[in-house]
Amino acid sequence: MSFFEIVESSWVYMVEGIWVTLFLTLISVIIGFFLGVLLAVSKTYGNKLFYYISYVFIEIIRGTPLLVQLFILYYSLPVIGIRLSPILASIMAFSLNSAAYQAEYLRGAIQSISSGQMQASLSIGMKKWQAIRLIILPQALRRFIPSWTNEFIYLLKYSSLSYIVGAPEIMAQAKFVASRNFEFFQVYLFAAIIYFVLVTIFGEIFRFIEKKMKIPGTLTYARNQI
Amino acid sequence: MKKEKDSILKVEDLHKSYNETEILKGITLEVKKGETKVIIGPSGTGKSTLLMCINRLVEPDSGRIYLEGEEILSSKNIHKIRQKIGFVFQHFNLFDHLTVLDNVKIGLTKVKKIEKSQATEIALKELERVGLKDKSELYPAQLSGGQKQRVAIARTLAMNPKLILFDEPTSALDPELIGEVLNVMIDLAKSGMTMVCVTHEMGFARAVADEIIFMENGVIVEKGPPESMFKNPQKDRTKEFLNKLSQLYGKEENT
Repeated sequence: MSFFEIVESSWVYMVEGIWVTLFLTLISVIIGFFLGVLLAVSKTYGNKLFYYISYVFIEIIRGTPLLVQLFILYYSLPVIGIRLSPILASIMAFSLNSAAYQAEYLRGAIQSISSGQMQASLSIGMKKWQAIRLIILPQALRRFIPSWTNEFIYLLKYSSLSYIVGAPEIMAQAKFVASRNFEFFQVYLFAAIIYFVLVTIFGEIFRFIEKKMKIPGTLTYARNQI
Repeated sequence: MKKEKDSILKVEDLHKSYNETEILKGITLEVKKGETKVIIGPSGTGKSTLLMCINRLVEPDSGRIYLEGEEILSSKNIHKIRQKIGFVFQHFNLFDHLTVLDNVKIGLTKVKKIEKSQATEIALKELERVGLKDKSELYPAQLSGGQKQRVAIARTLAMNPKLILFDEPTSALDPELIGEVLNVMIDLAKSGMTMVCVTHEMGFARAVADEIIFMENGVIVEKGPPESMFKNPQKDRTKEFLNKLSQLYGKEENT
């Protein structure tokens, strides 16, 4: 079979896979974002209790493989009576995992904001949480966009792990198609192209957002973006 | 005359240490309504720390601070007290992601909870006072250093403080830009604002200071009105330091 015939015959299955992949990735990255903001703020500004909660959470997540986390949620939780669907288990694993990484990226961005910004906020009478919400985070989140893009792309590709627990995303669909027509190389090549196109599209979207959010007058000293 | 005026700020026996190093070794001073005090002294003597202790950006170890007779070191609502104490930083610390107008407005809308149209009005009035009304839609990164510092002063003024602390407001500026900031500060002092300024701009001190305070190694070495401090300092160390300053900045600066 030619590559085009492969594409034509597997297209319907792959589109289904694309939707599942996008669904998994988007939901996870968004949950991970909000959790990540909480973790980063707790770790940077929180009291000892909040600091240690986020510290321990982040260390455990970063210290173990994503696949192991997924297996624990999918295969081990049923032992204590909690049975999750493949999609739900994947979303939970990806969200928690992404939260830890996003928290650390964001913490770096928060710490890159000059301490004078907090001092100035407090000096006009803001409470600490107001300063974080109104002054620190709006600036830190802008600096966070490049690493957030990275995290999104990472998650988009690593969502392929969820085929192992049976979520019908791109890789699972590819495996299904290939096991019927035995054209493993061409089907997986097609899957690779799909990932590449998705990553490129989202990369461009976030690059556009980054440009839109740039504070007027600030220089990046990087090559001017076209 | 001055004695009859109300006391705005009173600092009593203020101590502060970082780790083992004692930065402030018992500072006592009083500022009355409408007075301008200029604090001078070599770097690392605790001048900035003193200012930061006054609005509790740095917590002092011991001592007392009174703002209009109210003891503020034990206050639980320090954010309420900070609204009454303006602070102008050496490095401006404008909010980089906000326009000039929003920099001045944000304290009014978010801290004082004044409605937006009224806040805009107040903010524009303060920007006019520092001569930057026409820059209100620009962002801090689009301004010169002198303009940034004037916006920072407007941001402080908008909160209608009882007292403004200036922490070396012109030290980060090019010589050409210092004048525009000092002029704003001189106008402020003349309009009756109570000010405590850490600065080595002796022209400014001559023009408006009621008292010059010379600090070194965490203590006040000597203080007095500008005429007597310049012409006839009591301590040798004060004389030496003032000589160095006038060598640097020229003796008879008139602003």
